[in-house]
Amino acid sequence: MGAIITLSLLGILVLYLGLYKAKNALLPVTLVGLVVAIGFEIAAWDKGATPVYHGMVVFDNLALSFSILCIVITGLILLLSKEYFRAISSNVAEYYTLMLFSLTGALLVSSYHNFAMLFVGIEVMSVTLYILVGIRKSDFNSNEAALKYFLMGAFSTGFLLFGITLLYGATGTFDITGVKAYVIDNPHTISPLFYGGILLLLVGLCFKIGAAPFHFWTPDVYDGAPILITSYMSTVVKVASFAGFLRLFSYVFVPLHDYWTPVLLTIVVITLFMGNISALMQTSFKRMLAYSSIAHAGYMLFAIVAIGADSASGIFTYSIAYSLASVIAFGGLILVKRAHGSDQFIAFNELGKTNPLLAITITIAMLSLAGIPLTAGFIGKFMMFNTVMQDYQITLLVLAAINAAIGVFYYLRVVVHMYFKSADEGAIEVSMPLNFKIVLIIATVVTLLIGLYPDCILGIL
Amino acid sequence: MDSVIQTIQGIPLNHYLIFCSVIFSIGVIGVLIRRNVIIIMMCVELMLNSVNLLLAAFSAYRGDASGQVFVFFVMALAAAEVAVGLAIVIMVYRNTKSVDIESLSKLRW
Repeated sequence: MGAIITLSLLGILVLYLGLYKAKNALLPVTLVGLVVAIGFEIAAWDKGATPVYHGMVVFDNLALSFSILCIVITGLILLLSKEYFRAISSNVAEYYTLMLFSLTGALLVSSYHNFAMLFVGIEVMSVTLYILVGIRKSDFNSNEAALKYFLMGAFSTGFLLFGITLLYGATGTFDITGVKAYVIDNPHTISPLFYGGILLLLVGLCFKIGAAPFHFWTPDVYDGAPILITSYMSTVVKVASFAGFLRLFSYVFVPLHDYWTPVLLTIVVITLFMGNISALMQTSFKRMLAYSSIAHAGYMLFAIVAIGADSASGIFTYSIAYSLASVIAFGGLILVKRAHGSDQFIAFNELGKTNPLLAITITIAMLSLAGIPLTAGFIGKFMMFNTVMQDYQITLLVLAAINAAIGVFYYLRVVVHMYFKSADEGAIEVSMPLNFKIVLIIATVVTLLIGLYPDCILGIL
Repeated sequence: MDSVIQTIQGIPLNHYLIFCSVIFSIGVIGVLIRRNVIIIMMCVELMLNSVNLLLAAFSAYRGDASGQVFVFFVMALAAAEVAVGLAIVIMVYRNTKSVDIESLSKLRW
């Protein structure tokens, strides 16, 4: 709880700093606040999983680990933001505040114990993002992305709420332990309302994580939003939503496994193919990453399809690998776009010669996203495939392997552009400021470390 | 208060369920087929309000206050959402002079 309170207060403090024109203090204060929040989370580690505040939130190790991951990734993204926000607008404090509030929502989503908190968390996380996506007020693409994100977000919230209401109608409680008790007590007389509620909740959550067939907003929104906000959306928001998803399905709906598995299985297969095949056809790096994020949502859903003891640890490992690689990829994209003014693949030509360090970090990120051994992405994919294998879902496994192969193809296209294609108009120097160097190197090193010594992560959950 | 609950309970629960589902469906269909952003937002509100109604009905039938409290959560957050949403619509209108979502189809694959 300390972390959530710290972050909310920190947001307000940062707003005041902006009011008193202390622009240079914004980033340090925010980072110190994030460190304090992580401190609170670590202090609560292994302290038992009793729900607090009348059963509203619970800080078990699942919630804490996903919260820490969200905070760390936000910290990395904010480090990249040093000059980025200043180029967009003069009111920099608002960005930090909105991102902190959104992060608060993300923590709430990963630690809810009552559907009210799930709803509040998702809303706090999304409403601030609607603003952040549209923060370039005169940029047409940003406007369009904000409007689409808002409409789709509000629409999906409606489904989520209707699902929660039907569950309430069937069980008479919003508390997830109460809902679980209902499922266990009445194994044969579960009300039809309950089944409808599960489906609607599934639809609402699939909208949030961007799984097909509810993914159509994702590419447009990711493409139109400022790059840093895209990186935040595709990492922190996705990770937190998955934590919420996991808690709901692994804790509450497990006894009804036979009912929702076929539905989820269909969603996973459609998601994988939609994401990967569309990503193949893109010429823009940013849009390719948007589609690849859809495909990764599909892989992460594996752990929920074959829910078991390893699921939490699998999703956590996958989230770390995916988030770190995304931060590197989007960070690299910011630098390339700053130099070339374009986010097409062609802009990456000859990056291997002009800036070898950036090229090598992007290469490692791409290998990690593709799931090549010795990177964190491989461990994540291995965990996911392993959980499915234990469940004997052979068809799914074959389809996933085909998709992984397609994935390798489009991720390596960037690498080919960086090292083997020559630029037409001569090489442009891509400069790399210190803060980018620090973030990209940290993310790369951690990616490789997890790839080499996976035990340090697998033991956590 | 008791008389209100008795009045609510005078109507069978299924009627509330069907009524709210119909309103919710009207909202969903409206979001999917209408082209005017303001009307789409009204349809979203319709969806949320059908949820509120259903929550109140369930809550009255079960004699459990938590459903009604949830209605307040929904109202407060829906208001926040609409405030942001209208600001976005105004921003879009300033740039395009239109509230038709067809005017926003530049980002297409």
